[in-house]
Amino acid sequence: MHPFTVDAARSLPGPRWLAERRTAAAERFAAADPPTAAAEEWRYSAIADFDLGAYRLANGAGDTAPAGGFDGAGGGAAAVMDQLDGAGAADGLDGATDLGDGAVADLLDGAGVASGFDSGVGAAVVVDVLDGAVVAIEGLDRLAAAGVFVGPVTEAPGGEGMLGAVCDGASDYFTDLNDAFAPAPVAVHVPAGAIVDASIVIRHHTGAPGRASFPRLVVRVGRGAQATVLDVQRSSGPALVVPVVELDVGAAARLGYVNFQQHDHRATQIAAHVARVEQDAALIAASVALGGGYARTRTDTRLVGRGASGDLLSAYFGSGDQILDFRTYQDHAAPDTTSNLLYKGAVGDAARSVYTGLIRVRPDARGTNAFQTNRNLKLSEDAWAESVPNLEIENNDVRCSHASAVGPVDPDQVFYLESRGIPTPAAERLIVAGFFDEVLDGLPIRGVEQAAREALALKLNEMLRAAA
Amino acid sequence: MSTLVIEGLRASVAGREILTGVDLEVAAGEVHAVMGPNGSGKSTLAHVIAGRSGYEVLGGSVRLDGAELLGMPSWRRAEAGLFLAMQYPTEVPGVSLLDMLTESVCTPEGAAVAEQMRAEAGRIGLDEQFLQRPVNVDLSGGERKRNEALQLGVLKPAFAVMDELDSGLDVDALRLVAGRIEEATEHDGLGVLAITHYSRVFAHLRPDAVHVFAGGRVQESGGPELADELEADGYERWTAALPAPQEEATPFTDPFGDPFADLLA
Repeated sequence: MHPFTVDAARSLPGPRWLAERRTAAAERFAAADPPTAAAEEWRYSAIADFDLGAYRLANGAGDTAPAGGFDGAGGGAAAVMDQLDGAGAADGLDGATDLGDGAVADLLDGAGVASGFDSGVGAAVVVDVLDGAVVAIEGLDRLAAAGVFVGPVTEAPGGEGMLGAVCDGASDYFTDLNDAFAPAPVAVHVPAGAIVDASIVIRHHTGAPGRASFPRLVVRVGRGAQATVLDVQRSSGPALVVPVVELDVGAAARLGYVNFQQHDHRATQIAAHVARVEQDAALIAASVALGGGYARTRTDTRLVGRGASGDLLSAYFGSGDQILDFRTYQDHAAPDTTSNLLYKGAVGDAARSVYTGLIRVRPDARGTNAFQTNRNLKLSEDAWAESVPNLEIENNDVRCSHASAVGPVDPDQVFYLESRGIPTPAAERLIVAGFFDEVLDGLPIRGVEQAAREALALKLNEMLRAAA
Repeated sequence: MSTLVIEGLRASVAGREILTGVDLEVAAGEVHAVMGPNGSGKSTLAHVIAGRSGYEVLGGSVRLDGAELLGMPSWRRAEAGLFLAMQYPTEVPGVSLLDMLTESVCTPEGAAVAEQMRAEAGRIGLDEQFLQRPVNVDLSGGERKRNEALQLGVLKPAFAVMDELDSGLDVDALRLVAGRIEEATEHDGLGVLAITHYSRVFAHLRPDAVHVFAGGRVQESGGPELADELEADGYERWTAALPAPQEEATPFTDPFGDPFADLLA
């Protein structure tokens, strides 16, 4: 038994269209069988150990009463709305939640828009989301003048049409769960031709142990527009987080998206990132995945317009008994489309990683270029990495390749550094850190790579210290 | 002053004895050439001195200023003052030369490493653009050899083992690199064990002693004139005297050896 019932979904606040959408999703969810490891897309996963009954529903931020709480919080979703309507979003941020400190603050300090997009430094908008509900929005004024909207989808112009526009074609058991229970989906709408020269930052935090949260982010970048979005995922304690991200990249638009995942090591994440890229548009979608006891991310990238491109990047690092699980799908549905995937990970201690990827080239997607590379460093005897690339090609006029590797740190590289007077652990640290450079250098938001490097180094040092 | 003393050094790879009792003594500021044919065990000697894994030491000792190097991890040997210039320097993707040299225990705290790198690059004619690249990545054979010399200049070891220093270097580069090393022997008292099968390097780096290496040990030692003799007559005088190679199902291949050695011979 679990509390994620149709009635619970129906009772969430929101306009009628949203309630109907939730109810329909909850009904699909209730009727579906939970996935098992027998299904191909759940092979090697930890789904067999997953128990939805272990979690309770977090109905918005106020319900979870995080350490310190925030002003007036206590009344569930209503409190969230009060925060939004009332005394200003910034109040919700200052000293109210612990979202703004440490790594995230550092992360935001340097976040700007990388070259290739227009120059600019810093965050344009910062949205704080607690247990799937928006608690604070800062900095929107300047962008609002340009027609940019960042906030609850229920307040977005055309919000009803945005939610599910990309994901509905790729829904599954967990995206239905998200659809049914996301208390306040966040929408980012960049109108045609608008160029947002600094990053839009969404900071998701799942606050209470034992609670389930359903963060939903919908990004729509209109024709010829440009934007970058940084999506931070954090949690405290053994929570369940089921995020869904929809990226809708209009014709000739450019979107850079970075997901920075630093969940608590007891948290479970089951995420779906679904993107649709239209004619001559370019998406760079990256993830830095560090946290979670079991953290899974399914990434579907559909190139639906001629000349569309997708660069897909990930750097992940598992230690302790973490399981990091990635499923990617590069779907070429139009001619002259290009996708380039590079996922690099390291596993130490008794951690495990899973990568399975499929490149699909549909019959009329002639002139496709599709590449998929997954490389894994296995840092200890007990660590384990699985890497399964796949191709499904229905057109002859294509260039496709895939490569995958799992192996230890190259002993020749270690010897070279040692022979220069670098102690063995430091040599390994340098090599492992350097292993991720190729991915981090390609992140579409400047400043994130430095935060990622520091977070990776910290984790690696902790692991090496514990092993010593 | 530093002295490297190798006594009765024996080592094997995959159960086959490659070094059969090496005796050598090199004092600070001296250059000793170890010359021998392909397959004589020269590179194995360099690797065993530096502590590369994959070799089993069967006996003997390698002492630097009295400290026994055998049994130390490689980085401790470097800390003790040893430097290995490799025949095929390894690419280390994602690790910058600056980070590597800064992390070395041989580099004093607070040293102006970047400045020293630039100065050394200028002395051996290595374009500064190469300093920005990850260690040895996308460098030509000659650039890698210059890079080894650059590192030697920054790390200032007491003693260097140089494995086939001249391979990959054109005449002009060889003059600069060998000149830099000779200068280190004169000014910093660097001791050098130069392993090679050609004598052309000695036009620029004058050896104080030449050792003929065959069958896994030193067969004869002499002055610089021995190098000229080898150049003229080859190694046959020494290899002919060796016992015929043992019968083998599969010929021995040094895992770190020159893959093109036969082609060059």
